[in-house]
Amino acid sequence: MRIGVFVCHCGTNIAATVDSEGIAARAGELKGVVHTEDIIYTCSEPGQHAIQRAIREKDLDRVVVAACSPHMHEVTFRRTVEGAGLNPYLFEMANIREHCSWIHADKPEGSEKAYDLIKMAVAKVRDLEPLYANEVEVNKDVLVIGGGVAGIQAALDLAEAGLKVTVVEKETTIGGTMAQLDKTFPTIDCSACILTPRMVDCSQHENIEIMAYSEIDRVQGYVGNFTVDIRKKASMVDWDKCIGCELCQQKCPAKAPDAFNEGIATTKAIYIPFPQAVPKRAAIQVDYCRWFQEGKCRVCERVCPADAIDYKQQDEYVQKEFGAIVVATGQDVFPWEEYYHEYGSGRIPDVISGLQYERMLNASGPTHGHVLRPSTMGQKDVEPEEPQTVVFIQCIGSRDESVGRPYCSNVCCMYTAKQAILTKDHVGMETEVYVFYIDIRAFGKGYEEFVKRAQTEFGVKYVRGRVSKLYEERGKVKVRGMDTLLGKQVEIDADLVVLASGITAADGASELAQRLNISYDQYGFFKESHPKLRPLETNTAGIFLAGACQAPKDIPTTVAQASGTAAKVLGLLAKDKLKTSPMIARVDQNRCVSCWKCIEVCPFGAPEKEELRDGSYKSHIIETVCQGCGICVATCPVNCIDLKGFGTQSVLDQIEEVLLT
Amino acid sequence: MAQATDITTGTTASWDGEGRVKVVGILCNWCSYAGADGAGTARLRQPFDFRIVRVPCTGRIDPLHILKAFEKGADGVLVSGCHPGDCHYAEGNYYARRKLELLERMLPQLGFEAERFKYTWVSASEAQRWQQVVTEFIKGVEKLGPREGRAL
Repeated sequence: MRIGVFVCHCGTNIAATVDSEGIAARAGELKGVVHTEDIIYTCSEPGQHAIQRAIREKDLDRVVVAACSPHMHEVTFRRTVEGAGLNPYLFEMANIREHCSWIHADKPEGSEKAYDLIKMAVAKVRDLEPLYANEVEVNKDVLVIGGGVAGIQAALDLAEAGLKVTVVEKETTIGGTMAQLDKTFPTIDCSACILTPRMVDCSQHENIEIMAYSEIDRVQGYVGNFTVDIRKKASMVDWDKCIGCELCQQKCPAKAPDAFNEGIATTKAIYIPFPQAVPKRAAIQVDYCRWFQEGKCRVCERVCPADAIDYKQQDEYVQKEFGAIVVATGQDVFPWEEYYHEYGSGRIPDVISGLQYERMLNASGPTHGHVLRPSTMGQKDVEPEEPQTVVFIQCIGSRDESVGRPYCSNVCCMYTAKQAILTKDHVGMETEVYVFYIDIRAFGKGYEEFVKRAQTEFGVKYVRGRVSKLYEERGKVKVRGMDTLLGKQVEIDADLVVLASGITAADGASELAQRLNISYDQYGFFKESHPKLRPLETNTAGIFLAGACQAPKDIPTTVAQASGTAAKVLGLLAKDKLKTSPMIARVDQNRCVSCWKCIEVCPFGAPEKEELRDGSYKSHIIETVCQGCGICVATCPVNCIDLKGFGTQSVLDQIEEVLLT
Repeated sequence: MAQATDITTGTTASWDGEGRVKVVGILCNWCSYAGADGAGTARLRQPFDFRIVRVPCTGRIDPLHILKAFEKGADGVLVSGCHPGDCHYAEGNYYARRKLELLERMLPQLGFEAERFKYTWVSASEAQRWQQVVTEFIKGVEKLGPREGRAL
C-alpha cells in the first residue's frame, strides 16, 4: 500500500493554529504512508497538480488530504486523484480546518488534534477499495411545488426549454403573494400587470400542467426518479365543468373570511379569489357553506350554468413520476397579532399589516383602491373616512429577538417606502405620513434612490426609533415612540397605523421538508446546500430551491433565483443517464440467513430477495436504488452487509487508531 | 505517546496528557457533521479533547461501535444526528434512537457513569447549539476524569 498525505496550510486559515509542515513530516511514520507534503493552498491549481504529480511519480495508490471539510472539497479532490489515474474513492479527507484550526487557539493543541485527524483518515483510507459508479435512466419531467412568482418563472423557463412541468399549488389559483400586491418597488409597476400575463402563459403552455388546490402527500425515490403522490383537495366543484363565471359567488348567501384580501373584507362560501385567477375555478369553503353546515341552501347548484357543483366530491390522489423537484413554496406574513401586545394584538381596527394595506391600495381590492380607516368601514350611517395622518412602523417580526425573529425580512423597508408614496398619491400630498424605522435597508438596484424620493419628493417623514405603544384615544390611534436622533419622546395622533410585518416561513414548511428529506433552519426556511457555492441546490440530490422558501427575498431576487434554479435543473436533466453514488450497501450472500430484516428497515426498498441457482433466496441490494444510509448494515443480525466507503472496519479502525496513542 | 512539537514555540501538547480526556464523536454526515462545520466556520471555540468520526447516518451506527470505543480507551462517546423527523434518509435516526436509548440505559449497568455517553440531535444550521452540546458533554466527562484503566 502506498499512501500519500497532503497537509494544507489554507494560507493561515489552518497554519495559524496547526503546524502543517511539522505534522506532514510526522505523518510519514504512519503505516502505509510513503509520501507526505504540505501545501499552502491544496485546492489551488498548483496544489492539485502537486497531488497529481506525486501520484504519478511516487506511484501512490491512496491519497489523504488534510484540509477543510469534505463538504467543501471532497468532490474537488476526488476529481484531482481521478485525473491522475487513481480511483476517486481511494481518497479520504481529514477535516483539520472547520473541526480543528478554526475552533482552537492553541497551536500545540491544534497540531496534535490535526495529527490525530490525519491518523484517522489514514486508517480509513487503508480500508477503502476502488468503487465504480452505476448509471440510471433519468425521468425528464419536473415537479414545481408552489405557483407563486418563483414557481411560475422556474416552470416557464423549464417548459420553454422543452421539459414537461407540473406545478402543484395549494391554493385554488397560482400567483402567490405577488398576486396580492398592488404595486412593486422601486418602479411602482402594477404587480398584476406584470404577473397575470405570466400566469396565463403558464396555463396555456403546452408543457405545463397546473394542479391547483393540491398538496404534496408523499415523495419517494431519488434524483432522476422521484415518485410523488399528490393530493387534489376536494373543491366541491367539478373543475372540468366550471367556467369561472362567478355566478355562484354572486348568489351565495353565506359570508366567509377572505384570505386573499387578508381578512379586511369578506368573500362568499363559494369563491374565486380574484378576477384574474388561474385557473379561474370556484371552490367551496366547507366550514362556511350553509349546505354543509346546516343541510339546506344549494343555491350555487341551482344557479350554476355548467352543472359543476358536486357536494360529494372527495380528495383525490394522483401518483406521478419526476426527475427533479423545484421547491418554491414562498413565505407567510408574520402573524404580528400573536406577538405584539403593545400594539393592541389586532384589537385596534385602525392598526393593520402591510399586506392588508396593500390590498386596500389595490384597485381590485375590497375598497377599490381607496385608502380608508377600517374603523369607519362597513357601518351603518357612517361615511368611510380617509386617514389624514398615517404612521408606518418598520421591523415587525424582523430584527426582533423578543419575538424569535432576529433576521431581516429584506422587503419591508422598501414596501413601506412604496406604500408611503402611494398613500400620498391616493389620499393627497397634504396627508401626514410618518415612518418609524431602525435602519433603512435599501440595498438593491434603484432602492436607495427610491427611499430618497419618498423623503424628498413626497415629504414622507422618517423617524428613527421604535414605537413603544399603540392605543386608542378619542377616535385616534395614539402612537408613542422615541425619536432616537433627536433623543425625544414622540406622540402622534394617527388615523391609520400600518405595521411592516415581516416574512416568516410558510405554514407547513417543515412538514414539507420532512416529506422531501431536505433540511430547514430554526425559522422553517429551507436550507441550501452551500450559501455561496450551491445556493440553489438542497443537500438532497435532484431537489432545488427557488424564492422566499429559502430565505426572505424580494421579487427581483426571487425571479433571478428561479431562473438560476431552472438552469440547474436543465443541467441535471440534459443527461440521459445519471451516475449514482457507488458508496452503497453490499450483501455477502454466503453469510446471509434470509431473515429479511434489511428489507423491513430500508426506507428506499433497495434490498430484494434474489433467487440463487440452488433455489434459495438471499438478500441483494439494488445498486441504483440504495442511497447509502447504512441502516441495513447496522440492522443485519449476522453482519453480512457492509457499506462501501463507510465500512464497519473503517469506522472501527478510525476509533482504534485515534485512541491508541 | 504521540506528541506534537510546535516549531515556533517548542511546546508540546498531547491528548494523553495530564487532565486530558478522550472523547469520540460519531456524527451523521448531513446534519451534525455539517453543524460542526458551521460551528468551525463561525469560529466557535470548542474543547480540544474531541475527535469526530463521520458516518452517513446515525442509523448506520451499531451500538458495538460505541462499546468498541470504550474498550479501546475512550472516556466518553457522543453521538449526534438529524432531529427526529428530519433524517436525510427519512427514518435512519428513528432506528438509531431505539438502539441508543437502550445502550444509554445499559451502560450504567456495566459500570459506566451516565455522563460518559450521550446521543443528541443537532441540525446543519445549529452551529451554536453544536458548540453548547459538545462543550457541556466534554465538561461532564472532564468532571469524571479519565476512566480507570481505560479498558472496558
